[in-house]
Amino acid sequence: MSGHSVLGRENVQRVVYPALVAVVLIGLWHGLVIAFQIPRFLVPSPWVVAETLVKDWSLLMGALFNTLKITVFAFLCATVLGVLIAFAFVQSRLIETALFPYAVLLQVTPIVAIAPLIIIWVKNPTASLVICATLVALFPIIANTTLGLRSVNAGLMSYFKLNRASRLQTLWRLRIPSALPYFFGGLRISSGLALIGAVVAEFVAGTGGTGTGLAYQILQSGYQLNIPRMFAALLLITLTGVLLFAAMALLSSWALGSWHESEVRHD
Amino acid sequence: MMPAVEVLSVEKTYPNGTRALQPVDLTVQEGEFVTLLGPSGCGKSTLLKMIAGLLAPSSGRLMLWSKPVDQLEAGGHRLSFVFQEPTLMPWARVQANVRLPLDLRGMPAAEAEPRVRDALALVGLDKFAGSLPRELSGGMQMRVSIARGLVTQPTLLLMDEPFGALDEITRNRLDSDLLALWQQKKLTVIFVTHSIYEAVYLSTRVVVMAARPGRIVDEVAIDEPYPRDAGFRVSTTFSGYARRLQDSLLRASGNVDEALA
Repeated sequence: MSGHSVLGRENVQRVVYPALVAVVLIGLWHGLVIAFQIPRFLVPSPWVVAETLVKDWSLLMGALFNTLKITVFAFLCATVLGVLIAFAFVQSRLIETALFPYAVLLQVTPIVAIAPLIIIWVKNPTASLVICATLVALFPIIANTTLGLRSVNAGLMSYFKLNRASRLQTLWRLRIPSALPYFFGGLRISSGLALIGAVVAEFVAGTGGTGTGLAYQILQSGYQLNIPRMFAALLLITLTGVLLFAAMALLSSWALGSWHESEVRHD
Repeated sequence: MMPAVEVLSVEKTYPNGTRALQPVDLTVQEGEFVTLLGPSGCGKSTLLKMIAGLLAPSSGRLMLWSKPVDQLEAGGHRLSFVFQEPTLMPWARVQANVRLPLDLRGMPAAEAEPRVRDALALVGLDKFAGSLPRELSGGMQMRVSIARGLVTQPTLLLMDEPFGALDEITRNRLDSDLLALWQQKKLTVIFVTHSIYEAVYLSTRVVVMAARPGRIVDEVAIDEPYPRDAGFRVSTTFSGYARRLQDSLLRASGNVDEALA
């Protein structure tokens, strides 16, 4: 019983403390805007942002939906591709040695530099944005899953060898479970990167692109000096990122909660 | 009696030139409890791993039940290996960990389940089948590891310092439990340890090894009836054997001062 109430209190704290910080920051923001009479086309007050959010609700929600669609597609593509590439890497050192530098190349090339090319090459605007965001989100999944598939307890490896386990049995029963904590670490990083990739790609596509996502709304608001709408769009992007991260954290603790050190509660 | 294990002039030299083991000869009869005793670096674990087929010898021959180790059929081999660490899968419950060797052989669940239950009962963990390894103490994890070793119904059990990381009280209890299992199941056991007392308490025969280079220097038969109770540990016969083994180890290391310190 007492453990339950302590747990409850901890959970409450985890929500209450950041919420208090938010209230203080928003209050400060509001106070400063009022005190220095800052015009709304420079910094709108939180109240104005909230008003805009309500007024432009359908416009912003449509944009959010489009950005989210690209983010989720890209995240799924990156996950599937990343895992497949990681499997290929651990099958042979030769494959990894030959191809890993190119995975790094993908990672270090700024997406803004290659996005224009992709947008020219790929006719379908949605597809081109998904490709850009996938490229951004791919590397952490490859790197983490490869590391995880290789991070197998040496004793257990010997045990499997001793019992003459096949390659497939070793992969399925030993390598994949051992890799899960690393894989979920990769998912957390990549979920945020997929969103960043989607927004950046939309920026590059600009008014020439589909013109429907949140990034497009930010660009348009900039041209029209509609700063409150810009703030509202920015707020939605941030919230989406936080929610994606939280969803991945939840997924990870659901999958590893009972056994892995990172998720076990020591109390 | 039939020899379970024959080690014929087996030696191990690593590619970098390190000589882990000079040519050794050793025969273990069925039903024996043989302990390999020696300091770190004497090649006792190396020898055990070569018997298990985990390491290939540089030269010499290894026979199990009068057949060369590499010619034993897959799945039909009757040996189990217990490591120094429990080496359990942290994500799998105790019963799944114990069932692993049966799963790897493709045994159907209906056949495997009663075997798992029996093995867990043998080590006294039947109530913990649904626990995760991290919920168990070090001694209990080691018991799970032993249950996993027994579930395949081996006739030869190879144990590499299995209780080395446990406290003395737990280790003593597991030692007596192991002896009971050995008698009940008519096992052949080769047990690696660096504890003189554990060696005397457990073995029918102690093989003394020395380091740099790894070699066998002495063999001592412990002619004491089983079951051996706690009284044996404090008897004069026991300390006689312990002294005999200690002298052997000292002579082999050639440094009396170091050993007395």
